[in-house]
Amino acid sequence: MALLSLKNLQISAGEKEIIRGISLDVGEGEVHVIMGQNGSGKSTLLSTLAGNPKYAVKGTALFEGKDLLSLKPHERARQGLFLAFQSPIEVPGVTLASMLRRAYAARFGDEMPASEFDKILSAKAEALGIARPFFSRGINDGMSGGERKMSEMLQLSVLEPRLALLDEPDSGLDVDALGKVGAAIGKIRRNGMSMVIVTHYARVLRSIKADKVHVMHLGKIVASGDEKLAHKIEEKGYLWVLQ
Amino acid sequence: MERKINELYGRDALLSAVPSEGKLNVGYKTARKGLSEALVREISEVKGEPEWMLEKRLESFAIFKAKPMPAWGPDLSRLDLDALTAFVRPKGKEAEPTSWKEVPPDIRKTFDALGVPEAERKFLSGASAQYDSEVLYKSLRKNISELGVIFTDMDSAVKEYPELVKRYFMTRCVPAKDNKFSALHGAFWSGGSFVYVPQGVKVPSPLQIYFMMNYPGFGQMEHTLIVAEQGASVQYIEGCSAPHYTRDSLHSAVVEIFAGRGSRVRYTSIQNWSRNVYNLNTKRAIVSEDAIMEWVGGTLGSGVTMLYPCSMLVGRGARAEHLTISLAGKGQVKDTGAKVLHMAPNTSSRVISKSICRGGGVVRYRGLLHVGKGCTGVRANVRCDSIIADRISVAETVPTIDVRSDDAVVGHEAAVGRISDDQLFYLMSRGIDENEAVSLIVRGFIEPIVKELPLEYAVEMNRLVEMEMEGSVG
Repeated sequence: MALLSLKNLQISAGEKEIIRGISLDVGEGEVHVIMGQNGSGKSTLLSTLAGNPKYAVKGTALFEGKDLLSLKPHERARQGLFLAFQSPIEVPGVTLASMLRRAYAARFGDEMPASEFDKILSAKAEALGIARPFFSRGINDGMSGGERKMSEMLQLSVLEPRLALLDEPDSGLDVDALGKVGAAIGKIRRNGMSMVIVTHYARVLRSIKADKVHVMHLGKIVASGDEKLAHKIEEKGYLWVLQ
Repeated sequence: MERKINELYGRDALLSAVPSEGKLNVGYKTARKGLSEALVREISEVKGEPEWMLEKRLESFAIFKAKPMPAWGPDLSRLDLDALTAFVRPKGKEAEPTSWKEVPPDIRKTFDALGVPEAERKFLSGASAQYDSEVLYKSLRKNISELGVIFTDMDSAVKEYPELVKRYFMTRCVPAKDNKFSALHGAFWSGGSFVYVPQGVKVPSPLQIYFMMNYPGFGQMEHTLIVAEQGASVQYIEGCSAPHYTRDSLHSAVVEIFAGRGSRVRYTSIQNWSRNVYNLNTKRAIVSEDAIMEWVGGTLGSGVTMLYPCSMLVGRGARAEHLTISLAGKGQVKDTGAKVLHMAPNTSSRVISKSICRGGGVVRYRGLLHVGKGCTGVRANVRCDSIIADRISVAETVPTIDVRSDDAVVGHEAAVGRISDDQLFYLMSRGIDENEAVSLIVRGFIEPIVKELPLEYAVEMNRLVEMEMEGSVG
C-alpha cells in the first residue's frame, strides 16, 4: 500500500480550477520531485494536502489507506504529514521553541517541560548547524529568506513526519543558504523519511536521490520519470516536455 | 441584615447582576439609601480623621453633586449611584464576608485553572477573614523603612504624615473637580497605599500590593499616592490577575504619582474584577525634569472600564511610557487608553496599547496626545493594535492628537485586524489545534507588554488569555 495515494484529485479556489485531476502514489520511503512552471499548481497541491481550508477539493487522497481530506490540518500533522512552506508565515511574539514544544506534544503525545524539550531541540539544531538564539526569536519574525527556510528544516527535523511535503525549499536563496538547506534536507532524509519536493531546479538532486520526478503543467502531471527527466528539463526547459 | 437581604433577593439575583442583563446593584443595602453629606461625615468620623480631611471630603461631595455624568464614552446609564451606599459605608471588621456559594461558577473555574490556593480564593472572592492592613504593610516594608521610605495604607498616612498628605492628596495631580468620579472618590475614598521615596533613594525591589482588599468595601475606592523625590526610583505593583469578585458594582480608584526631577517610577496594575463591576478610575502622574514615568497595565475583568492613565510631562526632558493590554469578552466594554501632555521642551513619550475582543466584547482605544506651544524637541509615538477574534466583536480607535509646536516629531500607528487565516493554517499544519493556535497568536500579540510584567503576573496573564480565547473560534 502506498503511503500517499491520490486519485483524480481536483482542486479549486473559488471559481478557479487549479488542479485538474491528479493521480499519484508515493510509497513508503520514496522521494518524489515535482517540477513545473509557475502557476502549474504545484504549491496548491502541497498546501491542499496539508489541509489549507481555502481550497475546495474533489477526488480522493489516502494517507496510509485512510481518507486524508476529511481531516483538519492539525489532525493531518498528527498523523505524520508535514508541509515546509515556500513562504513561511510570521507569528510575532511566539518563539519557535514554545510553538515546537506544543507541536511535538501534539505529534507524539509527549508533553514535557520546556527545559527538557530544549535538549531535544538543541540536539536537532546542532545537527543542522543552527545556533541557539534562533529558538527564542519570534517565529519567522524579521528573518531572512534563508533563516526562514532553515526554520522549516529544523521543524521538520524535530517533528519527524512520515511524509514531508517541501514547497520550493530552494527558492529565493543565495548560494550559501542553498548549500545549507540542501545539506539539511539530505541529513533529514537519512532516516528514510518519505518526501514530496516541489522545485524549479534539478539542483536539489545533489543532496537527495529522487525515486520519481514528475512534471506538472496547467494542473496536471504531464510527464513522469526518473532523475534523468529533471536533468533534461534543466537543460532544455519545460517546453521540451510539452512538445 | 445581610441574610435578610439575601432572602429577599435570592442568590440568583446576585449572580445575574451583570451589566448586559440590566439590573446591577442588587447587593445588600444599609438602612439609609443614597449618598448624603451625613454619610460623608459619618465615614470621616468612623475613621477618626482630622478636620482638614473631612473638609476635603465635603468639598469633593459638593463638586460631585454639581457635576453631570460624562457625556462621552461608554453607556453608564445603568450605574445606579444611589445604590452605592452599601459599600461606601465603612463596615469595619464586623462586616460579614461573602458566602462562598455566591461566587459565580465561571470565577471558580478560573481559580481552578490558575491554581489559586484555597485561602487566596476566599480572599479574592471577598469570602475570607479580614486582613489586618497594619500587619500586611509592616511585613511589606521590612527592609525599606531604614532607607527612609514610607509605605503604608492611606488611612494611616492621613494621621501619621499629615503634612505630606495635605501637600499631595488630590491637589495638583487629580483634584476632586477633575471629573464626576474623582469627585465621588474624594468624598468617599477609603484605603489604598501611600508611598514616599526620599531624594536619591532607589527602592531595590517592587512594592507589591497583591491583595489590596482587606475587608468588604475597602478596595472599591482606594487611593494610591506615590511621591518619588529627586533622583529616587521605585516600582509599585498592584492588583492581581486572578479574578476578583465583589458584590458591589463600582470601583472608582484614584492614583496620583509625583515623579520628581530625575526620578524613575514604574506603576504596574492588573485588574480582573468580576463582570458586574463598573471600573472607572483616574490615574495621573506629574513628571518633572528628566524623570521617567512608566505605566504598565492590563485590564481583563469588569463590565465597563474607563481608564486613561495620564502623564503630565512638566519638566524639560521628562519621559513617559504607557504599555497596556485590554481584553473584552462577552458583555464587556473596555474604553481605555493613555493621555500624554507634553508641557515642556525635549519631552518624549511612547504609548503601546494592545487590545483583544471576542464574544461581542468592545475594545476602544481612547487617547490624547498633546504638545504645548513652545515645547520644542518633543518626540511622541502612539501605537495601538487590536485583534478581533470573531465577527460580533468591536474594536475602535479614538485618538486625539493636538500638536501646537512646529518641530514636534509625532507618530501614530493603529492596526485593527482579525486573526490571520495564514497564521492559523501555519500553526495548525504543525499539529496545533485551532483553539491553541488562536491563543498562541494572541499571546504573541500581547508579548511586548507581558514581557514587562513580573514573572508570576506574566504566567497568569498568559493562562488567562488562553482561557479567555477558548472556544472563540469554530
